[in-house]
Amino acid sequence: MDAFTTLTAIAAPLPLANVDTDKIIPARFLKTIKRTGLGVHLFDTLRYRADGSENPDFVLNNEPYRRAQILIAFENFGCGSSREHAPWALLDFGIRAVIAPDFADIFYNNCFKNGILPVRLPRAVCEQLMADARMGNNARVTIDLARQVVLRPNGEEIGFEIDPFRKHMLLEGLDEIGQTLQHAAQIDSFERERQASQPWLPSLHA
Amino acid sequence: MGAGMQRTLFDKLWDSHVVERLPDGTCVLYIDRHLVHEVTSPQAFEGLRLAGRAVRRPEATVAVVDHNIPTSDRRRGISEPESRLQVETLEKNVAEFGVPYFPVLDPRQGIVHIVGPEQGISLPGMTIVCGDSHTSTHGALGALAFGIGTSEVEHVLATQTLLQRPAKNMLIEVSGRLPIGVTAKDMVLAIIGRIGTAGGTGHVVEYAGEAVRALDMAGRMTVCNMSIEAGARAGLIAPDETTFAYVKGRPYAPAGDAFERAVAYWRTLPADDGAHYDKRVHLDAAEIAPMVTWGTSPEAVVPITGAVPDPETEADETARAQMRRMLDYMGLSAGQRMTEVPIDVVFIGSCTNGRIEDIRAAAAVARGQRVAAGVRALVVAGSGLVKQQAEAEGLDRVLIEAGFEWREPGCSMCLGMNPDKLAPGQRCASTSNRNFEGRQGPGGRTHLVSPAMAAAAALRGRLADVREFV
Repeated sequence: MDAFTTLTAIAAPLPLANVDTDKIIPARFLKTIKRTGLGVHLFDTLRYRADGSENPDFVLNNEPYRRAQILIAFENFGCGSSREHAPWALLDFGIRAVIAPDFADIFYNNCFKNGILPVRLPRAVCEQLMADARMGNNARVTIDLARQVVLRPNGEEIGFEIDPFRKHMLLEGLDEIGQTLQHAAQIDSFERERQASQPWLPSLHA
Repeated sequence: MGAGMQRTLFDKLWDSHVVERLPDGTCVLYIDRHLVHEVTSPQAFEGLRLAGRAVRRPEATVAVVDHNIPTSDRRRGISEPESRLQVETLEKNVAEFGVPYFPVLDPRQGIVHIVGPEQGISLPGMTIVCGDSHTSTHGALGALAFGIGTSEVEHVLATQTLLQRPAKNMLIEVSGRLPIGVTAKDMVLAIIGRIGTAGGTGHVVEYAGEAVRALDMAGRMTVCNMSIEAGARAGLIAPDETTFAYVKGRPYAPAGDAFERAVAYWRTLPADDGAHYDKRVHLDAAEIAPMVTWGTSPEAVVPITGAVPDPETEADETARAQMRRMLDYMGLSAGQRMTEVPIDVVFIGSCTNGRIEDIRAAAAVARGQRVAAGVRALVVAGSGLVKQQAEAEGLDRVLIEAGFEWREPGCSMCLGMNPDKLAPGQRCASTSNRNFEGRQGPGGRTHLVSPAMAAAAALRGRLADVREFV
C-alpha cells in the first residue's frame, strides 16, 4: 500500500448524497480476480451513455477533472455493499482522497486499506469545497495528513479529525496484517482459552 | 455497582472477543467464523500467496459460490467466462488452503447468509464475518456479524482477527403486534424509512420489543439482513427460546451436553437491565403497513396504500434534486398511487427473503391463481436444502402451476452478476435488499417488497396490497 502524506491535486465536485457502491462500481464489474483495472468502470452509469460513449455532462469526463485525485461529495458516501472494488476503482482512476460530511462504515474502513484518505468535514465546509472544486484549473486542494488539515485554493486551512492508529498506518503505508501478527502470541493464548471455555464451538472440517 | 457495569448484548459480544486493546482504543478482535464467497475473496487468497502466509484456522472458515452462478441447470457448468473463472479460482483456493467448501452441486450450497444459519455454522455468541455487507443477517442469532472488505478478508484468513474500534449501541424497539399481511420485511423497510440509510452509521443496532420477539428466525434474519441498508455496522436480536429451538439439531450445532452448556452461556448474553444505548428509536407495530419502495434508495419507501412523493415539497436543494433524479430513473411521477404502478418482473429470493418461510408465504398467495399476462416471475430458493424442503411440501408445484419459474439456488436477480437480470427500463417487484440504480441490471427499476407482496404483484401485474388476498 502507498503511504499517504501530503497531496496537492485537482478536486472534482460530485454534489450527490448517498453515493452507493453500485454507483461507484456496478456489480457486473466485480467478476475480476485482480485489484487493478477497475478505473475505467468507475461511476460507470454516470460516466457513460447507453451506447458506451462518454457522458459529457459527467464531471470526470472533463478537463481538468480527468486528472482529479480528490473527490468532494455529500452525505453517506460509499453506502451499500462491502465491495473493496469501490476503493480499488477510485484508486485505479487516480483518486487518493474523498472529502464528505460522512461515509458509510465499511467503505470508510476499506479506503484506509488502500492508501485512500476519507476526510469527514461538516456539510457547510463541504459546500465551500464544492464551490472551490468547480473552479476548473484553480480547483487545487491540498491535504496534509500529518497536520490534519485541508488547504482551500484561497489558502484557508481547515482541520479534520482522524483516529491516531489509522493516521499512523496511512502515513507509514504499513501492512495491517504484519502489525497484527506482532500480537500472534496473544492471539494464540486467547484461542486456547476460548476453545477451553467454549468447547461447543465446532470445527467445520468434515 | 457503578454506572457502566450494565452491558448491552453488543458490549458482551465485543468484550468476549477482545484479544488485546491497543493504546488508542483499537482492538484486536477475535473472529469465530469466516464465511467466504467467490466475488470478494480471490484478491485475499492472492495476497496470502504473495506473502507466503497460510490460512490460520481453515476449520473456522467455510466457502460457497453464490453471486455468479446461474440459477438454471448447473450440471453443464458456467458458460460466462468471467464468472466461471471466479468460481474456478475459489475452488482452486479452497483446495490449496484447505478451506471447507460446499460445491455448486452439493445440496447444502446456497447463498452464504442462508447456508451459515441453516447448517448451524453460525451460532449465538459468535463473531462472524464475510466479505459481504449482508453478513448482518447472522445477527438474528445473537451473534456479532458484519461485512468486511477484501483486505479484511485476507486479514482474517491470516490472523483470525480484525483490527476494530467498538461501535456505538442503538436500540430499535418495535412494540405491539404486526397486523395481518404485514411481515418482517415491512418492519425493516418501515425502520429504514424512519431512520434513513445513514441512520445507523457507526452503530450496532439491537432490535427489541414484542413485535421482534414474536418473529420466527426467518423474520429475524430478514430484519437483521437489512441493517446495513440503515447504515448500521451490524444488527442484533437477543437469543431466546426461539433461537435455541432453531439452532438445536443443525448439522454443525453442538449436540447433547455440549448444546446444554452452550445454551446456558447464550442465556447470559441479553442486555443487562439499565444498559446504556447511545440512540433509541421506537416504532408501533400496529402502525406498520405493507411497504414498497418508490425510489433508488431503500429509505425511499411508502406504505402500499401511499403515493409517489412530490420532490417540490422537499426543502433541501440536494435532496430535491436527488428525488427528481430518482423519479426520472424510476419512470414515476409525483402523486402516482403505488397500486397503479405496473410491473414486468417479480423476483422472490435473496439472502433477505430466500428461506423456506418466504417461499411458503409466496405460495400461499399464489395458490390456485395465475401470474398476470406479460409478467415474468422467478422464485429462487436461498439454498439447495430450502429448495428440497419446498419441493417436499409441494410448493414448487403450486408456484409452477401459477406460472412462476422455479430455479436453482443462488443470489440470482438481487445484484445483476449472473444471467438473472433486468433489461433496461424493466420494472421489478423484488424481495431483495437494494433498489440502487442498475442494481438488478443496467437501467432496471426495483421496488423492494415482502415475498407475499411480490407474489401479489405477480398476480395483479402491478404493485398490489397483499391484504386484498388474505
